[in-house]
Amino acid sequence: MNLRFFGVKLFRAVVTLLLVVTFAFVILRLSGDPVEILLGDDVDQATLQHYRELYGLDRPLPEQYLRYFGGIARGDLGFSLTDERAVTTVIAEAVPATLLLGFTALLISLAVGVPLGIIAALNRNKIVDRFVMTFAVFGFSIPNFFLGILLILLFSLWLRWLPSSGMGTIWHLIMPAVTLGLSSAGSLARFTRSSMLDVLNRSYVRTAAAKGVPRLRRIAWHALPNAAIPLVTVLGFRLGDLIAGAIVTETVFAWPGVGRLLVSAVSARDLAVVQGVLLMTAVTMITANLLVDLIYGWIDPRIRTAGNSPGGDHA
Amino acid sequence: MPESQANIHAAPGATTRFLRRYPPLVLAAAGFVLFTLLVALAADWIAPYHYTTQDLANRLKAPAFLGGPEQYWLGTDELGRDLLSRLIYATRFSVVIAIAGTTIGAVVGTLLGFIAAHFRGWIEESVMMLVDAQASLPFILLALAVLAFFGNSLVLFILILGINGWETYARLARGMVISANTQGYAVAVRALGATPFTIYRRHILPNIASILIVQYTLNFPATILLETSMSFLGLGIQPPLTSLGQMLGAGRAHLLSAWWISILPGMMIFLTTLSISILGDWLRDRFDPTLRNR
Repeated sequence: MNLRFFGVKLFRAVVTLLLVVTFAFVILRLSGDPVEILLGDDVDQATLQHYRELYGLDRPLPEQYLRYFGGIARGDLGFSLTDERAVTTVIAEAVPATLLLGFTALLISLAVGVPLGIIAALNRNKIVDRFVMTFAVFGFSIPNFFLGILLILLFSLWLRWLPSSGMGTIWHLIMPAVTLGLSSAGSLARFTRSSMLDVLNRSYVRTAAAKGVPRLRRIAWHALPNAAIPLVTVLGFRLGDLIAGAIVTETVFAWPGVGRLLVSAVSARDLAVVQGVLLMTAVTMITANLLVDLIYGWIDPRIRTAGNSPGGDHA
Repeated sequence: MPESQANIHAAPGATTRFLRRYPPLVLAAAGFVLFTLLVALAADWIAPYHYTTQDLANRLKAPAFLGGPEQYWLGTDELGRDLLSRLIYATRFSVVIAIAGTTIGAVVGTLLGFIAAHFRGWIEESVMMLVDAQASLPFILLALAVLAFFGNSLVLFILILGINGWETYARLARGMVISANTQGYAVAVRALGATPFTIYRRHILPNIASILIVQYTLNFPATILLETSMSFLGLGIQPPLTSLGQMLGAGRAHLLSAWWISILPGMMIFLTTLSISILGDWLRDRFDPTLRNR
């Protein structure tokens, strides 16, 4: 692995993280006095002052900023304003539920999206292709919350087959995972299709056809590995979609994950928890994208020698 | 394009040519988009009631076609407000907000892309770093944080929707301007003594406009989905104003007794985003020469 390539990527990742931390801090601190918001107007000044000191909100902003940074470096994200426990504990409790939901949904979207995309590309402009692409556009266009509500209406309220909210059994997992998985399956199918088409049109695949390589071997050996390259990048972005989708999906199905935690923290104006979730998501996604870049450089030697990022950032 | 011509065996008739050029699905999508725009524009004239008019004697009534009272075609909500009128106004709010948001993003992004491509160096690096930072986090997270803590003003909400998606235009514009700068026509015009601004405005922008317009069409459904999602969560458009997402979210409480309150705006969101996505795909296929040559 080219060290310079890795260095540039790492530097960008760290800068991005710094930007996110600063953004979170500035936005959330600019917005007013969280203690007053939390406790309301009917509390005397002494109590307000006590809580401000407790949370370090009476210090000057630069000091709060530095303390915040120091805290993050030590893995301390402060305390939740609503239930007084450490933010890391509150988030850690919610993470397994989100991971379970996210992985199941990712598997569903991969299992549905990639094969459909390949089938569509191989049958370009035929009826199968039209059908798959219509499904993809449907999946992309239907909002998570609407799909979720349709499923609840059908399977919980009318047929009474599946529980509409909460977590516990495998039955609870089905509807949220399908809701979340299908929405990204559509766009994944589209990317797989266009990536496959792009490769199938390349001269090396035509050359292989000309010299008599069988169709199946041409697809599996010449086309698929090259088509997988942009897919890896897209998967990095899909992670973001999954997280965004989880915020809504978890709220619809009352799934006790990070997404629902965020929504309730935002409603309760629990600054510390919101910041914690923001940072945790940022770290997860930046790490994932860094990994994607590395895998990208590994499977496509042109990238790592040029020191460029995927997606043509610095083409 | 000898390849594509080789595939044509016989000259098709006029109808076939028209349908090949404008598939029925695309025509239907364009029709629905037009319909939605007309509804949004004419809301004041076509809505039978104002969207806040309450009729507490007629709460949670079913639509007329499901046996509800005649005067409320699509039934009423928990405050006895006419759902048809609310749907019409919600469509107006959602469409107007989405147009405003998408346009802000397109203008800001394109401008930054041009700036990055023109100045290169550290300015370009900073723009691309912002692009990376934005792409590194699901935008709804940032949007939720900003909105909840600054309170819910309509202007702020629209600005936030505008920030969503700017990075795609910036990336596209930057890449295309850099490559256009080295192409024959730009070099020739520059040699004739044109200023960079003239080249960008009169020569490069028209050349890349089609791709930016396609991106606008592709970005539009995403803006609608973001707006409706946030309003659905109760953190976007606030009552007494309404939007399709807000209606849907408020109707959730009555899903068992009055499912139509949620399903009607849901269908409206779905059909709108679906139609625009279909149009966007079609536009992209027509404008993208690499796809056309296949």
